[in-house]
Amino acid sequence: MPQWRDPANHVMAKQEQPGLLIHEIGGVDGVLEGHVELLKKHFHLITMKEFLENKKRLNEKIKSVFIHECKPVIDRELLQSLPHLKVIANSGVGVDHLDLKLIASFGIKVTNTPHAVSDSTADIGMALMLASARRLVEGCQISVSPQTEHFAADWLGDEVTGATLGIIGMGSIGYKVAKRAKAFEMKILYHNRNQRKEEEEKAVGACYCEKMEDLLQQSDFVMLVVNLTPQTFRFIGKRELELMKPSATLINISRGAVVDQDALVEALQNGTIKAAALDVTYPEPLPRDHSLLKLKNIIITPHIGTATVQATRKMTEEAVANILAVLNGLTIPSEVIPIRCFREHTYALAYLL
Amino acid sequence: MEEQELPYVLIATIGGIDGVLEDHVEFLKKHFNLITMKQFHEHKSHLSEKIKAIYMWWNKPVANQELLSSLPNLKVIATGGAGVDHLDLKLISSFGVKVANTPFAVSNATADMGMALMLASARRIVEGCQIAVSPNTEYFAADWMGDEVTGATLGIIGMGRIGYKVAQRAKAFEMKILYHNRSQRKEEEEQAVGAIYCKNIDDLLLQSDFVMLCVNLTPQTEKLIGKKELEMMKPTATLINISRGLVVDQDALVEALQNGVIKAAALDVTYPEPLPRNHPLLTLKNIIITPHVGGSTTKSCRLMMENMVESILATLNGLPIPNEVNPPK
Repeated sequence: MPQWRDPANHVMAKQEQPGLLIHEIGGVDGVLEGHVELLKKHFHLITMKEFLENKKRLNEKIKSVFIHECKPVIDRELLQSLPHLKVIANSGVGVDHLDLKLIASFGIKVTNTPHAVSDSTADIGMALMLASARRLVEGCQISVSPQTEHFAADWLGDEVTGATLGIIGMGSIGYKVAKRAKAFEMKILYHNRNQRKEEEEKAVGACYCEKMEDLLQQSDFVMLVVNLTPQTFRFIGKRELELMKPSATLINISRGAVVDQDALVEALQNGTIKAAALDVTYPEPLPRDHSLLKLKNIIITPHIGTATVQATRKMTEEAVANILAVLNGLTIPSEVIPIRCFREHTYALAYLL
Repeated sequence: MEEQELPYVLIATIGGIDGVLEDHVEFLKKHFNLITMKQFHEHKSHLSEKIKAIYMWWNKPVANQELLSSLPNLKVIATGGAGVDHLDLKLISSFGVKVANTPFAVSNATADMGMALMLASARRIVEGCQIAVSPNTEYFAADWMGDEVTGATLGIIGMGRIGYKVAQRAKAFEMKILYHNRSQRKEEEEQAVGAIYCKNIDDLLLQSDFVMLCVNLTPQTEKLIGKKELEMMKPTATLINISRGLVVDQDALVEALQNGVIKAAALDVTYPEPLPRNHPLLTLKNIIITPHVGGSTTKSCRLMMENMVESILATLNGLPIPNEVNPPK
């Protein structure tokens, strides 16, 4: 595409700019201050506060919504008050917080940012597996504890090199995890809705397990890299945990609701599995008195899978590109399409990449 | 074999904080008559001539002049781990005693630890875990961020067995890899991991986002990283040490971390270990320290032990010694 034609390079005069609705700037869950300039280059930014104060004047201007940290919340009332809304662009790949059916009924497109998140999320999966196996967090506590007089010789962790990693969900993130794990000479098993092409499997040395049970029974580390859908909701429960080796570790970098948390607590308490490492829970954060927080054989990080300067920037850039494509009638890089699943009459997700 | 025919091997102790691992004792007793230091002291006149080997775990028992003089028939010291900086090689050689280490056994586990520390530091895992469980946490802040490892530049100082394995792992994270070593590696080896040789260590320090120390401790590498080297590093860079504490000038490191000369450090090794409880390194926010666990996995420790047994048996049977450490010239 010639540079002058590329929407990303076409900077409009301010009053012509399409309106972009955002939750807020800065603060706990607002759009990052460092990204505002990029957004203002293409859009007239309108915060929810401004919108609610000036609905009549602003509702015609708003053509797009930028969702960051699941905000603003999209409900029927909001959609009805935005007659010119064309696209809701999510920052991040998961869209389980959006009612896709509802949004589609208004003729509005939804986009996400699968490319921006995959490296940093795969990195976090590896970081959690290594930190858990080598007892890194515990080790740091020992190193600084006022009680520490010596380092014990019989304090050991588990070897990651050469161990078996079972990846559940082999999309772009799962595949990047496999690439990294291969360099640690890990044996890689995977379970996915569909088997990957042979060349793709060979490139990372991954073996397909059509039955998830086979993967669970053989893995030293089980990593969850699926989307949250009605099919994956709580799909790791008591039965699945019991199928895992008692020496195995569960790592979750997808969504908290993919795991039955009560079953996980029990499994960790009883030694059904050895340990868990979670970047995601439900809710986030967990209530301060939650049982998961008391366990010794778990590490939890505060949903930081994409929390890098580079990834967050890329997410905003990818969202901007998606919005501009929709508004200019061009091919949309990452549209999320709700499809009807004929057997179950539920909506699942498909990505047009 | 009958028990009295098994060779006598001196160990520090069994179990406890620095003893031979209890899980290893059965295997060891198949091959050796294990004599603890306590037993040795209690029965010196009887045992001193019988002991043919020392099985040194976590650097104990210490092979000093006194001990070496009291073991006239000592043939070999097998030490666990890759480092031999704790041994007076010249002194030991003067007694005609051989030394064997276990350079291979720990290399995977140590390379894994280097990667673990780099990822944990970059992504602020330890801090993140604290936030996740803190009674004061009400929400997770959107503007809390770490640094990306994928695509960043890793500078490996010391491209031996462990350094090379680090490079192999880092390549899968699409990292740009620079390395500094006494000698350049073969071209095929460099190409296999996409590593670029920096003959001058300064070039590596100036360009790296992560600097990882994978050298042996020798007189040449002691305080290899000091004030000058830290100042050459980017202010956004992280220093990772999986070699020996003495390779870094710790006082210079404290200052560099306090003043933002470098961004952060991640150390599996310090000098001494553990650090005194009032040491400034323990109070810094931009550092993570692990208790020298680079080789500490069940699998690697088992392999170390087996390697050591093999070296001792080979020596006592007059065969070529696997993993023999050459005495200094």
